[in-house]
Amino acid sequence: MRWLRKNLVVIAGLLTLAYLLLPNAVVTVFSFNKPKGRFNYEWTQFSTDAWKHPCGVADMCGSLSISLQIAVWATLVSTALGTMIAFALVRYRFRARGAVNSLIFLPMAMPEVVMAASLLTLFLNMGARLGFWTILIAHIMFCLSFVVTAVKARVMSMDPRLEQAAQDLYAGPAQTFLRVTLPIAAPGIAAGALLAFALSFDDFIITNFNAGSTVTFPMFVWGSAQRGTPVQINVIGTAMFLVAVVCVVVGMAAGRRRNKPAA
Amino acid sequence: MSAATVTEEARQDAPEPPEAAKPRRGRGRFVPYWLLLPGLLWLIVFFALPMIYQASTSIQQGSLEDGFKVTWHFATYWDALSEYWPQFVRSVAYAACATVLCLLLGYPLAYLIAFRAGRWRNLVLILVIAPFFTSFLIRTLAWKTILADGGPVVGTLNSLHILDVTTWLGITEGHRILATPLAVVCGLTYNFLPFMILPLYTSLERIDGRLHEAAGDLYASPGTTFRKVTFPLSMPGVVSGTLLTFIPAAGDYVNADLLGSTDTRMIGNVIQTQFLRILDYPTAAALSFILMAAILAMVTFYIRRAGTEDLV
Amino acid sequence: MTTSSSTATEHGGDVRLTGISKTYDNGFTAVRPLDLTVPAGSFFALLGASGCGKTTTLRMIAGLEEPTTGTVRLGDQDVTGLPPYKRPVNTVFQSYALFPHLDIFENVAFGLRRRGIKSVKKQVEEMLDLVQLGEQARKKPHQLSGGQQQRVAVARALINHPQVLLLDEPLGALDLKLRRQMQLELKRIQTEVGITFIHVTHDQEEAMTMADTVAVMNAGTVEQLGAPTDLYENPRSTFVANFLGTSNFVSCEISGRGGDELTLTAGDGKLALFADRCSAPTTTGGKLLLGVRPEKISIVHADDAASVPVGRNRLTGRIKDSSFIGVSTQYVVEGPLCDGFEVYAQNVERDPRLVPGAEVVLHWNPAHSFGLDATQDVEAGAAKVEEDAAA
Repeated sequence: MRWLRKNLVVIAGLLTLAYLLLPNAVVTVFSFNKPKGRFNYEWTQFSTDAWKHPCGVADMCGSLSISLQIAVWATLVSTALGTMIAFALVRYRFRARGAVNSLIFLPMAMPEVVMAASLLTLFLNMGARLGFWTILIAHIMFCLSFVVTAVKARVMSMDPRLEQAAQDLYAGPAQTFLRVTLPIAAPGIAAGALLAFALSFDDFIITNFNAGSTVTFPMFVWGSAQRGTPVQINVIGTAMFLVAVVCVVVGMAAGRRRNKPAA
Repeated sequence: MSAATVTEEARQDAPEPPEAAKPRRGRGRFVPYWLLLPGLLWLIVFFALPMIYQASTSIQQGSLEDGFKVTWHFATYWDALSEYWPQFVRSVAYAACATVLCLLLGYPLAYLIAFRAGRWRNLVLILVIAPFFTSFLIRTLAWKTILADGGPVVGTLNSLHILDVTTWLGITEGHRILATPLAVVCGLTYNFLPFMILPLYTSLERIDGRLHEAAGDLYASPGTTFRKVTFPLSMPGVVSGTLLTFIPAAGDYVNADLLGSTDTRMIGNVIQTQFLRILDYPTAAALSFILMAAILAMVTFYIRRAGTEDLV
Repeated sequence: MTTSSSTATEHGGDVRLTGISKTYDNGFTAVRPLDLTVPAGSFFALLGASGCGKTTTLRMIAGLEEPTTGTVRLGDQDVTGLPPYKRPVNTVFQSYALFPHLDIFENVAFGLRRRGIKSVKKQVEEMLDLVQLGEQARKKPHQLSGGQQQRVAVARALINHPQVLLLDEPLGALDLKLRRQMQLELKRIQTEVGITFIHVTHDQEEAMTMADTVAVMNAGTVEQLGAPTDLYENPRSTFVANFLGTSNFVSCEISGRGGDELTLTAGDGKLALFADRCSAPTTTGGKLLLGVRPEKISIVHADDAASVPVGRNRLTGRIKDSSFIGVSTQYVVEGPLCDGFEVYAQNVERDPRLVPGAEVVLHWNPAHSFGLDATQDVEAGAAKVEEDAAA
């Protein structure tokens, strides 16, 4: 009884963790299913067919590649622009700082539908053709704020004396930035970029409004919920989960080894 | 001392003689503006400007064929509100329920990671974040399987007569969970739970463990320690977690669409249908504008009450 | 070093600050116009409480802060307009500012590499040996102890053979014992390399132990400059007298003069002071503060008053408080003229009658008195020391 009371929080926490992971387990298990109808909601029979032919569904891998392209470009652009803003915010004093801060905060405090709808009105008014480019523009827009926040946190915690020390040791402004500022800010920039990639790759609502006839992977999944869910969706979902976990674990192990004394 | 070559090279890069007395200030004055310019321009053109377009669209009249014109027709707002107020109320109610559930479920896990996980801390953190990498739509569809009518969850709850209770409460219907408010709230809670856990964990992790010992030393029971020390100190996390859950949940239409029925439509569903299917742009814009205003108002009020403004 | 001595790393130049001052954008004046010359090859300390402008002065020499007025010259070169990376000056930063992403070797090699020197290995290893860190070359800064980090910071600066090495509170983060050790170490290194060291500190003992010359700064100006013993024995203001050690003061009036010796009247007592130890005007009838250091005073019980030799300055009082410190006993004495006098007595032969409440006579050699301008605040500099210690 005493043990129970002491570990109540642990038990509750683990239950929540189970709640969080349960869908992933289901996705994984059902990637080995061989459903009878068009929908993959009920367990029928074990099969590895979907794993053998991951692109066996029409248009799915095409949408996957569009999503990846958009995510890569959105990550690159938003990370570059966001990092610049973060440095400006932390390192310089300038007018209208408060306005700049709100402009960066607001997209994060805005429901996605609102941004999606208003962006669509802009594109309609401008007569823009919806598709790859409008999606990319939208993704860069909503990723920016998150990148700024991630990089800003890192740059803010950086000791300004490190840059002064570099200058004192004969590094000019460019050298200081490349040799000291950038390497130290790198974890923040990487975190921002990773977040941007995940947000862009997984975005549905804003994409759905501004995609025209272009189909990204989340849009393909959405459509399949209406038309019939192929098992391959689960294969992709499971593979992404595994790749992510492996990447993070390897990254952390590498980081730990780097911090150990070399000799 | 060291080799002559070294000093030769050193001489080349040695400080040049008096180009001194040149003022160094002034050159860098515009640097911040150049750094800000591209990103801010992007946000202005593709975030702020659309808001203005949307505001203008909401007071236009016309049809797809003849085009829309600004006629300052504010009645659209009134019409939209009077027709769709149930969806508004539902959105806020569902989002509020999901937020409270996220807090109740997320707090123990955040606490566990911060104070009790020990060397498992990073692993648990990864497990919280990792589901993000599977498309949320796929994971939401998985709930269709989990909550399926003949499935183990519904079966268990049925045999325990819990579904009778929830039906009596009006959040389920006819011995099933799918296509009921419960399913939608469950899906919302699931989808936005990490957005609650991570800020909670961040603020809990900052708490010095010795504070717990100090509170214990000063005659506080574990329960009192939590109420008087831990929870107040985790307030910043509670506030930002709540906002990060409530805002997207209130505007969401995916869960209501995939897990709900026509009776669980939220305001996001309405905006989406008006914009993409019915193509009634003024009404859709007006609804979207109302949603934005309502959420900004609620968030401002909430932040004022909670007294934390350093969210950014 | 032999060939380059004629160009970059010339050791012959003094550091000369002329009319240098710093006022920040918000209107705060950290340094008022001051002139300062640091002779080449000396160990120079800038001493003062926090906020006195000592670090700002140092940063202006480094080029990290732009002076509002005045010039900085190294030898015969005016470096006022040069950015830090073009100045033959290096800094050991407060809390070291070691690059966390580079290992110790690369930290030390940083300056050499930035100047385009390719073969750094030998130099870096020699330098790491000098600071006894050869074994740690491949560790990251956070894996070292505070003292080791401090030595890396010194090595990283010294390897560039700067004309001047600037040290900004380099020992502030170390505990007392390690600090003492590093003081000796730094002194040894300075003697060995012969470079000018300018050391900023708020610790008066540290300044006195290490430096040849100390400049005491207060509120953006240099109060007094000189050798440590000179500053201690002949302070020219109450600030210096209180900031460096402890001083006791008596307010007096000059009542007469016989040769070098001034006769002072304080209440009904008479005290003596030598004119060459008085920094204020010595006209008869003028007011003066007579100062004396606690350890110069002898204390005897009032019953033994007769044993005090003639010709010594004497005051009477009562012991208010005494604390035993092992090597000495510190008394606080109250009296009509010596309110709150501190007296340090060596514990050679302790008089058991000297307990709180006892009537005593204080006496000292008139040559140990110093005279200051009476218009100053007697407490100046004293409170600041305590604040700093608490911070």
